[in-house]
Amino acid sequence: MTVAGLPPFQRFLDAHRDDVLRYLIASLGSHDADDAFQETFISALRAYPRLRPGSDARAWVLTIAHRKAIDVHRARARRPVPVPELEDRAAVDPIASGDERPGSEGWERVRALPPRQRAVLTLRYAADLTHREIAGVLDCSEEAARRAAADGLKTLREDLDVAAPA
Amino acid sequence: MSLHPPEPEAGRAAALAARMAARAAEEGLADVAYATIDSPLGRLVAAGTRRGLVRLAYEDSGDGVDGVLDGLARSISPRIVEAPARLDEARRELDEYFAGRRTDFELAVDWRFVREGFARRVLQATARIPFGRTSTYREIAGRAGSPRGFRAAGNALGANMIPIVVPCHRVLASGGGLGGYTGGLARKEHLLHVEGVLA
Repeated sequence: MTVAGLPPFQRFLDAHRDDVLRYLIASLGSHDADDAFQETFISALRAYPRLRPGSDARAWVLTIAHRKAIDVHRARARRPVPVPELEDRAAVDPIASGDERPGSEGWERVRALPPRQRAVLTLRYAADLTHREIAGVLDCSEEAARRAAADGLKTLREDLDVAAPA
Repeated sequence: MSLHPPEPEAGRAAALAARMAARAAEEGLADVAYATIDSPLGRLVAAGTRRGLVRLAYEDSGDGVDGVLDGLARSISPRIVEAPARLDEARRELDEYFAGRRTDFELAVDWRFVREGFARRVLQATARIPFGRTSTYREIAGRAGSPRGFRAAGNALGANMIPIVVPCHRVLASGGGLGGYTGGLARKEHLLHVEGVLA
């Protein structure tokens, strides 16, 4: 019944809530981040006694957040919502509400990338995980994580070139 | 192309965390809920399980809130969340007690923190001492089944996990002295004043 060495869950929650929220906003946009935050930490609480003391709790909870984000992305793919007309975007898109400030257009483009690239870039640049940690989250090789990051960044640059020709 | 981490508005993560903790306690996913409670004796840390109040501590004794939570994590479960609403009844009864409007605590107590045996019998005998009355370590040891175990009774009371509600302050030394108290003797005197034992 006693689990040696695990800190009280509240301390874990307080330590990681900011990282998880930043990651989810980057991955899902501001609007869906709150529900995914609840789902992430409820799942983490259920599984918490199985977390090995001394293991990397931050990578662990971001792995859970990543899986919740995948669920939301898949649900969106099944129920496509109409894309607002360009001129309506600022009014409709909750992201424009100032949640993301610098780079918010960047995250919107990241969300449109293929799943692996999207996941690697959000884990790398919103959650500040290393490629090695990301490989652990995605259960792939470190090399594959690096490659996906490079591919994603390349696509983003090409998008920019198309959107804003010099 | 640079990607900066999103910057959620101030307080948003904290508010989401508080909502999550409240839900976890409400739905029984957390094994322990805790809150801090202000009292005339300083801030208290209160923790409850599904069975009842399991811990009450003076925040400034021991290692503070963190020490209390570490102890609960080790001995009950690490699934601990801060959920003030779950401690509303404890807060209300303590407020009434300190305001002189309550002589008996009705909230359920979870004894699992105290190993079964002499120590638990000592604390349960102490819980039956009425408001405004006192007993001695020797008497309590006797009621717990071991009249000569008054030192062990003193130790058990010193390790009381639910002071005030389990009124170890009502147990005095046989010679008429106050004896000891987990939160310091000044608090024992204050509680005995509240109950009219000391003028």
